[in-house]
Amino acid sequence: MTAISADPMPATTRTTSTLNLAGVSRWYGNVVAVNDVSMELGPGVTGLLGPNGAGKTTLLHMMAGFLAPSRGTVTLDGAPTWRNPEVYRRLGLVSEREAVHTFLSAYEFVLASAKMHRLPDPVEATRRAIALVELESAQSRRIGTYSKGMRQRARVAAALVHDPQVLLLDEPFNGMDPRQRLHMMQLLHRLGAAGRTILFSSHILEEVEQVSGTVQVMVAGRLAASGDFRTIRRLMTNRPHVFAIRSTDDRALAVALMAEPSVSGVELDRTGLTVRAGDYGAFTRVLPKVALAGGIRVRQLVPEDESLESVFSYLVEA
Amino acid sequence: MSTVSWITARGLFGRRRFLLLLPLPALLVLLAVLSRSLGVDPGEWGPAVLVGLGLAVVLPVIALIVGTGVLGAEIDDGTVVHILTKPLPRWQIILPKLAVAAGVTAVTVSVPLYVAGVLADSVRLGLALAAAASIGALAYCALFVALSLVTRRPVLLGLVYVLIWEGLLGNFVSGTKVLSIQQYVITLADRFAPTELLAADVSVPVATVMTALIAVGFTVLAIDRLRSFSVAGETS
Repeated sequence: MTAISADPMPATTRTTSTLNLAGVSRWYGNVVAVNDVSMELGPGVTGLLGPNGAGKTTLLHMMAGFLAPSRGTVTLDGAPTWRNPEVYRRLGLVSEREAVHTFLSAYEFVLASAKMHRLPDPVEATRRAIALVELESAQSRRIGTYSKGMRQRARVAAALVHDPQVLLLDEPFNGMDPRQRLHMMQLLHRLGAAGRTILFSSHILEEVEQVSGTVQVMVAGRLAASGDFRTIRRLMTNRPHVFAIRSTDDRALAVALMAEPSVSGVELDRTGLTVRAGDYGAFTRVLPKVALAGGIRVRQLVPEDESLESVFSYLVEA
Repeated sequence: MSTVSWITARGLFGRRRFLLLLPLPALLVLLAVLSRSLGVDPGEWGPAVLVGLGLAVVLPVIALIVGTGVLGAEIDDGTVVHILTKPLPRWQIILPKLAVAAGVTAVTVSVPLYVAGVLADSVRLGLALAAAASIGALAYCALFVALSLVTRRPVLLGLVYVLIWEGLLGNFVSGTKVLSIQQYVITLADRFAPTELLAADVSVPVATVMTALIAVGFTVLAIDRLRSFSVAGETS
């Protein structure tokens, strides 16, 4: 296995780009696929999360200039993405559909992309892009002989060959084995950390949680939530937050916490306490005071439902 | 050769539908050779083989297979997105694709038509048929490339044009011949090598102007439609 060693960016292009959506809607006849979505995507990795049919792909297509918004504007650094091929100098797209020229080798495929971008050194750009996705050993084989994950990597290499400031990926982890998935996650992390604007869509919560702290959650065509997913969770004070606590005296701590207004329920079992708190901030402030007053030492405090899964299910139910 | 042309040619020859290009030209040559070797009068087999099969079937059908193959097939399987996500003015995508389509069609059709023309009459007729078919190939391919962008069923619509409009209505409603590429090709071939074997129904100026209009008009339409190319809305 080759380590990720190539620098994803030549020094000459270290600039950042911002993708802006202002009041974007898209409808097909009477069906509204995307409803009044506004967001600004800057450098870093952002996950676009939502169940199937939420409008993620439609939104990505509008961002990538492959669909006209019915209302609103999509701009990349101020320039519209629709009917504007010039944006592809700064934008790369890996679409969900597993469409690839199977009669070409990965090298030919990526090199063709480099040439169509009119890069000054297409051969070197191709070598770098293929190294980034670790496809060197298979680069001379026809893509038709590749596994699904390898095809995906070839497509990512082609999308990265011109070192775009913005990379959009629609369900990029589909069909990848765990090792390839990990590698792709590392790659996206590196690109995001290097100042690239990365947006990827997924309906699998663990993927988004592992790759990105920032999420845009779409539900039924609307942007249901936006920002750091832990922050989003905390803002939803109408839902109880669940904490697992271990202490030197769980029973005494349970009794003391029951008296607190921010606590809505306490369960005591052999492994420790499970506390439901209505107000995240108030509970985390009061817990040390209660423990101190009772002479109890808190050994472990774990927020149990802060996974993206729980955030997502709350939003869908809301 | 531009990268777009290279990918287009590789895609065309890499797909199995390319094999569809072989039987019809082979049949054309076979019938001409058989007729000639059996000593049949060219006045009897010439119009049927040269016009009835060559210009009315082989040319438009080959142009349909190739013209819809260079772009329509890529739209169908989604690979067109790879070319469209490049900072290329859309004419730099359409023109190379049209050039490949027209070139492949012209070669595939001109060679058997040349052979059949020589066997039926003379080298001059063979050259005239090859030249007129090459011009017709450009007009047909411009039409079929544009059809790939205006409809999801370009092959079906193309067949309707070739079989119903040109093939059927052309025989009963004379006015339709003014909008028939097949008639322009016959007129041009007859102009290049006047012979009894070809019966032209439209004038040379009409054929010339209409061929140019169709080639340019549908190319411009294709470029414009590609600028507004939308990926089908899969809302997942």
